[in-house]
Amino acid sequence: MSEVKYSKEHEWIKLDGDIATIGITKHATEMLGDIVFAELPEKGSSVEKDGTAGVVESTKAASDVYTPVSGEVVDTNQAIVDDPSKINQDPEDSAWFFKLKIKDQSEMDTLMNKDDYDKFAKETSA
Amino acid sequence: MEIKKTSLYQLHQDCNAKFVEFAGYQMPIQYSEGIVEEHKFTRNHSGIFDVSHMGQLFIYGGEDLIKDLEKIFPLDLKKLRLNHSKYSFLMDKDAGIHDDLIITKTNEGFLIILNAACKENDFKILKELLKEKYKMVLDESRSLIAIQGPKSSEILNEVINGVKDLNFMSGNWFTFENQKVYITRSGYTGEDGFEISIANNFVDKLTRELINKGSKLIGLGARDTLRLEAGLCLYGHDLDKDKTPVEANLKWAISKERISKGDFIGSDIIIKQLNDGVSKIRVGIKPEGRIIAREKTKIFNQSDVHIGEITSGTFGPSVNGPVAMGYVENEFSKKNTKVFLEVRGKKHPASICSLPFYKKSYVKGVN
Repeated sequence: MSEVKYSKEHEWIKLDGDIATIGITKHATEMLGDIVFAELPEKGSSVEKDGTAGVVESTKAASDVYTPVSGEVVDTNQAIVDDPSKINQDPEDSAWFFKLKIKDQSEMDTLMNKDDYDKFAKETSA
Repeated sequence: MEIKKTSLYQLHQDCNAKFVEFAGYQMPIQYSEGIVEEHKFTRNHSGIFDVSHMGQLFIYGGEDLIKDLEKIFPLDLKKLRLNHSKYSFLMDKDAGIHDDLIITKTNEGFLIILNAACKENDFKILKELLKEKYKMVLDESRSLIAIQGPKSSEILNEVINGVKDLNFMSGNWFTFENQKVYITRSGYTGEDGFEISIANNFVDKLTRELINKGSKLIGLGARDTLRLEAGLCLYGHDLDKDKTPVEANLKWAISKERISKGDFIGSDIIIKQLNDGVSKIRVGIKPEGRIIAREKTKIFNQSDVHIGEITSGTFGPSVNGPVAMGYVENEFSKKNTKVFLEVRGKKHPASICSLPFYKKSYVKGVN
């Protein structure tokens, strides 16, 4: 299993073979506040790198969720749709959003590692 | 223009507030526990709101002032008892709403609580309408806090003895640290509670004492979800100059006696609308499922015709689901009418419902 990578839109992605699991970062949930609604892409649909692949809403506002890589949606996490507060509780593990069968492994190279992301998150929220 | 801070700014910081700019003030939107927890704490216990950005307008005068104010507000101010409050509006001649407000009769005249974003303009309008006959003070030397929720009466009464005997929508002067404080039993959450007007340099001490007794500071985020669940309007969203009190479904706040005589600003339009009906009206809207329809969401009828717009919409933590209100064409305003809300390009089913979404029994009369 490869290391976890991060996007500038505050998604994390974990690759296992050609299956990527994607969710939003703890930092993102802290900026959003209490998440009360989640919408996920449809199973079987195709999503393009940096395209929208869902929505989360806090009590304050709606935010798009983007996919950091392209691929076909092979699974979605119904548990976070049924209880969106799970996203605040465990964003970088059990509250994953969707799984993709990825098209192009090289898209992973454009993403940040944990240290770079932490630095990026700190700078952009300052 | 420099952003203003309230006298509780330091306390907000000490409580890890996240700030937003609101009506020219740096205000706490939430604290570390977040909007949902703050909302629930207010419903189940007691929450303190810093609303010092709101205008506290004192107008001094007697019988003449009552007569002159009755030309402005659709209220029976002559009959209003001392220290009693009424919800009302400042309207233009077309009955468009400049602001909604709470007016209280005091021993020296009237105290009017105004929205922060409107207070300067309201002051100008009122000064002109009253032709500078009366002393008017938009008092920046006083802070305003609200304490709301079922434990509020007990907690506040421990600090300021006697407040528990106030009736709903009435007030009086009390003392705290030898300071005169004016307290009314009122609020904006659908809960029992109080609003306290106190000198700026004592508000920090009072608030910390209330926190020590178990209350907690609550941000503007939860204030919004609480008031929307309670079906209460927010000026600039649910009310504005293009809407009249009749369209806003607030005719209960207009004195019947005054309508029969007319003779207040906007009365022609109000009377006409009460007789002939209105084309659009404010309603509660309950989306099916979990989708949140926010302000400006378009509303459609079952034949896909655009019939209105959402003016406030959020997730209601006590309802545990989305809640909204908005304006629809009158013929679609009946309870249980099926409508559709366009969110992110898709139409989602919802129904017209009665307000409030969340109801609790207030303390109305304790004596």
